[in-house]
Amino acid sequence: MRLRCPICGSRDRREFYYQGAAVMLDRPAPDAGEAAWDDYLHLRENSAGDVDELWSHDGGCGAWLVVTRNVSTHEIKAVRLASDVKEASA
Amino acid sequence: MARLIAKSPLAGHGAKTVGSVTVEEVDLGALTSVAPFKGQDKACSDLMKAAHGMALPAPNRATGKEGARAIWFGRGMALLCGPEPDAKLASYAAVTDQSDAWTVVSVSGADTVEVLARMIPIDLRAATFKRGHTARTMIQHMTGSITRVGPDRFLIMVFRSMADTLMHDLETAMESIAARR
Repeated sequence: MRLRCPICGSRDRREFYYQGAAVMLDRPAPDAGEAAWDDYLHLRENSAGDVDELWSHDGGCGAWLVVTRNVSTHEIKAVRLASDVKEASA
Repeated sequence: MARLIAKSPLAGHGAKTVGSVTVEEVDLGALTSVAPFKGQDKACSDLMKAAHGMALPAPNRATGKEGARAIWFGRGMALLCGPEPDAKLASYAAVTDQSDAWTVVSVSGADTVEVLARMIPIDLRAATFKRGHTARTMIQHMTGSITRVGPDRFLIMVFRSMADTLMHDLETAMESIAARR
C-alpha cells in the first residue's frame, strides 16, 4: 500500500502512522456538554465504503493527512493535508 | 566550569570503504532548524538570502553549497548547515540549535545508489533524485534525511543516538553489494 503525501509524493506505507477516523478534527466546544464529548472521544461509525482517516507522515515530513480510503477494497481515493481540510471547513 | 571534550557522534569510527563506496562522518558546522512563522516564508527566505547566501528551500529541495547549505527538513522547516544563524531570523521563524543532535555522514562512490537502495524506500537514481534534491524518509528503521550533493555523493542524517546503527546498516549494505561485483 502506498500513500501520495501532498508534500513528499508517493511513499511506502511503513512511513505512515494510522491515527483513526478524521472526526477527531471536529473538536466540540469546551462547554458542549457531556454527550457531545462522549461522542467525540468514544463513539465511531463502523461503515463500509469510503472513510476519512487521519494518518501521520511521521517517517517523512511529519504532516498530518486526511486520507479517504475505501475500507472494503483499500482503494485510496484522496490524500489531503489535515491543515487544508481544517481551514476549508472553518 | 569543567572543561568538557566535545566528541562527534561517530568519533573513533573513521572513514570506511567497501568496494567502490566510501562512508565518512562530516562536520557541517552549526546545525540550526528554521521554521518560518505563518505567512513569513517570503520574509524569512529574503533574510536567509541576504545573510547566508541561500533562499529557504522548497519542499524536497536543498539550497546553498558546500560549507553553507539549507536543507528542507520536514513540513514548514529547513535545516541551516554551516553558518551561525543571523539573529534577525528569530523575528520571522522559530530558530533552534540542533548542532549536537544529528549524525551526518557522506556516502560516495560508483555503487552508492545501489547500496542506498537496500536501505531507503525511495527512488534515488539520478533521473528522479538529482543534485539538490532531498527527502525525509526511512533509512532502514530510522527516520532520517537524505540529500544528493554530487553525481555519486549523498549526505545522510539520523538522530545522534542512532550513529552506530547507521554505520552498521551502511557497512552491511556496502559489503552485500561489493560481494556481488
